Amino acid sequence: MTNTPEQGAVGLGMPEMPAPEYPADVRARLEADAAEVIGRYPDSRSALLPLLHLVQAEEGHVTRTGMRFCADLLGLTTAEVIAVATFYTMYRRKPSGDYQVGVCTNTLCAVMGGDAIFEALQQHLGIGNDETTEDGKVTLEHIECNAACDFAPVVMVNWEFFDNQTPETAKRLVDDLRAGLTVKPSRGAPLCTYRETARVLAGFPDPRAGAVEAGGGAGHASLAGLRLAKGETVPGSPGRIVSPRSSGYPSDEPPPGHPSSHDAPHATSASDPDHPAGPVTDGTEEGE
Amino acid sequence: MSVATQLNEESPEKLLSPVLSAFWDEPDSWTLETYLRHDGYQGMRKALEMPPDDVIAYVKDSGLRGRGGAGFPTGMKWQFIPQGDGKPHYLVVNADESEPGTCKDIPLLFANPHSLIEGMVIACHAIRSHHAFIYLRGEVVPVLRRLHHAVAEAYRAGYLGKDIAGSGFDLDITVHAGAGAYICGEETALLDSLEGRRGQPRLRPPFPAVAGLYACPTVVNNVESIASVPAILNRGKEWFRSMGSDKSPGFTLYSLSGHVTSPGQYEAPLGITLRQLLDVSGGMRPGHRLKFWTPGGSSTPMFTDEHLDVPLDYEGVGAAGSMLGTKALQCFDETTCVVRAVTRWTEFYAHESCGKCTPCREGTYWLVQLLRDIEAGKGRMADLDKLADIADNINGKSFCALGDGAASPIFSSLKYFRDEYEEHVTGGGCPFDPALSTAWGGASHLEVNA
Ligand SMILES: Cc1cc2nc3c(=O)[nH]c(=O)nc-3n(C[C@H](O)[C@H](O)[C@H](O)COP(=O)(O)O)c2cc1C
Ligand code: SF4
Ligand code: FES
Repeated sequence: MTNTPEQGAVGLGMPEMPAPEYPADVRARLEADAAEVIGRYPDSRSALLPLLHLVQAEEGHVTRTGMRFCADLLGLTTAEVIAVATFYTMYRRKPSGDYQVGVCTNTLCAVMGGDAIFEALQQHLGIGNDETTEDGKVTLEHIECNAACDFAPVVMVNWEFFDNQTPETAKRLVDDLRAGLTVKPSRGAPLCTYRETARVLAGFPDPRAGAVEAGGGAGHASLAGLRLAKGETVPGSPGRIVSPRSSGYPSDEPPPGHPSSHDAPHATSASDPDHPAGPVTDGTEEGE
Repeated sequence: MSVATQLNEESPEKLLSPVLSAFWDEPDSWTLETYLRHDGYQGMRKALEMPPDDVIAYVKDSGLRGRGGAGFPTGMKWQFIPQGDGKPHYLVVNADESEPGTCKDIPLLFANPHSLIEGMVIACHAIRSHHAFIYLRGEVVPVLRRLHHAVAEAYRAGYLGKDIAGSGFDLDITVHAGAGAYICGEETALLDSLEGRRGQPRLRPPFPAVAGLYACPTVVNNVESIASVPAILNRGKEWFRSMGSDKSPGFTLYSLSGHVTSPGQYEAPLGITLRQLLDVSGGMRPGHRLKFWTPGGSSTPMFTDEHLDVPLDYEGVGAAGSMLGTKALQCFDETTCVVRAVTRWTEFYAHESCGKCTPCREGTYWLVQLLRDIEAGKGRMADLDKLADIADNINGKSFCALGDGAASPIFSSLKYFRDEYEEHVTGGGCPFDPALSTAWGGASHLEVNA
């Protein structure tokens, strides 16, 4: 956690001047929005997180002006607001791109290809983590688990889901974003800019017709269990391998073209008390 | 093999029990109209006709336990709310879902948000609350849209607001988007965050039931816990108890991910095994086998293929040395380096440590330094003991359970895969090829073999 605001990070003994205020018209507009946000809570301070999203919607990142605005409205010190704004990762502290491309590199996605995707995008865009392309379109970052592990590897753009990505699909995705094409996520509404997204996060419904409906119902992986329970084929599986089962345990005879459609009945080295770690040595061989 | 043969008779239709997910495949599953076609708001009608204390007793008798990780009995939690204290009471739904591997609440809210709203009406009636909050992690904007929409629909239909369904009961719901911090899933950090502060855990006691949001009596429940309540009221506690075991009754969402043929959500009675789930869903990806897995997210000690028959309920997983947690079944096959996996999880904990207490803040930092060295082949044998030692200094000695969670992957991986750590030290690096673990790498691997 780097706790320094973007300016005045190097102290030279001179206290920083207070941040400039928003122009009167902007302030009037934001104050009306803020009043609505504050009205949702029994205690006004609860509105601070949504208000920080709101000022982020105004300028694309949380500025000193924005923090001063929040402090004024909620009767807090700017120090109190800065302490909060710097705690949470979704508040950007410097100007960034219209599209924030986040590659999940938590363990499961990383292993399934997230690391490779992140590397490919860095090379493709010529930027590193938390950097923005020169045209100001794309900010690249790696993100933590986004609750979509059954769609791994996952890429989020402005916090919309792009499921089951590969280095190729991810490169095409950022190319399309930079070319200004309309890009549709796997689940959810067609992309809007980061600032428009931030306004939804502040608690204002998406004004676009069809935004709620877009992307349909549950994603395919979300339906895996339901489909099975209804007697349908598993999506992504080679066929109806699950039922009905009249004769022997299916994996006693590996299905054709399917050397080990499941791990269960195979003897593993784990059963060897001298090598409780199991498949490690196998992994080494296969890994080479 | 007796377990396997017995499974033979069991079809997925019998093993699985979709309740919350029963109509996710309908085209407009998230709308009020669809929900009403599937017994929507029937449980609420029954509950509103009952005295609040009877609702609490009913949920307690059903045996429902919290689905947010700890498995605390839901009805008992509601019972702790003091009555007649003259203070406002609050219900806060924990929709922060950020535990690595956990991916059940987000699809549930995307496809069926009304089950949560109905559950919230019932819970608030029971604990005499008139204002409830949904704390949703911010990084899921499509879900936020659907929640805004569903809440608005419920207000329009008279299921929220004043005099709900003519019962005289009033309830307002505020949807609140977080701003990115795993620790805000911890219930007291969540309350601080909802009060507009840095999300850092609070000292307990006092517990939230006594002094929670704005120092008032507060229930914090997971999304899935609350969303399970309407079906219990509507179909009966006996029906609920007919699934699962005596101590872990009912249905729940299991999230299968990783190197499996069919990752996804599987709603089943508590106590199903990973072997059964893999068996019905096509198993591990072709040509590979299970190496290690988490029963309930990265904070629960990992299991290996020796644990395929552990009943996935609170007691079964506990007896086998781990925790049911969030039922996030992340499955890794033999191409995966366990040191790499644990290093990445530990980096996550170090990044997400809120910094309030020393064992976790410093400990996770040093764990990362050691693990990175080991992974890069620059470690020493003594580092393995040092890892265990630091983990021991975090576990049980931290201010909140994030610290314990950070220690889990270290302890469990050293227990089952110590020789793999040693191999990194003696071999001067990682013996695995990460390309083989990728979603696309497995297939080419198969071609090479075939
Ligand atoms: C670091 C940490 C993160 C947590 N994250 C979540 C979460 O995202 N969602 C959740 O429901 N519970 C989470 N919990 C558990 C909550 O503290 C709490 O136990 C839970 O919300 C209670 O709900 P339940 O009784 O319905 O399970 C977390 C706990 C810790 C220590
Ligand atoms: S254990 Fe970690 S997350 Fe929890 S209070 Fe201590 S530093 Fe914060
Ligand atoms: S690990 Fe990437 S979404 Fe969970």
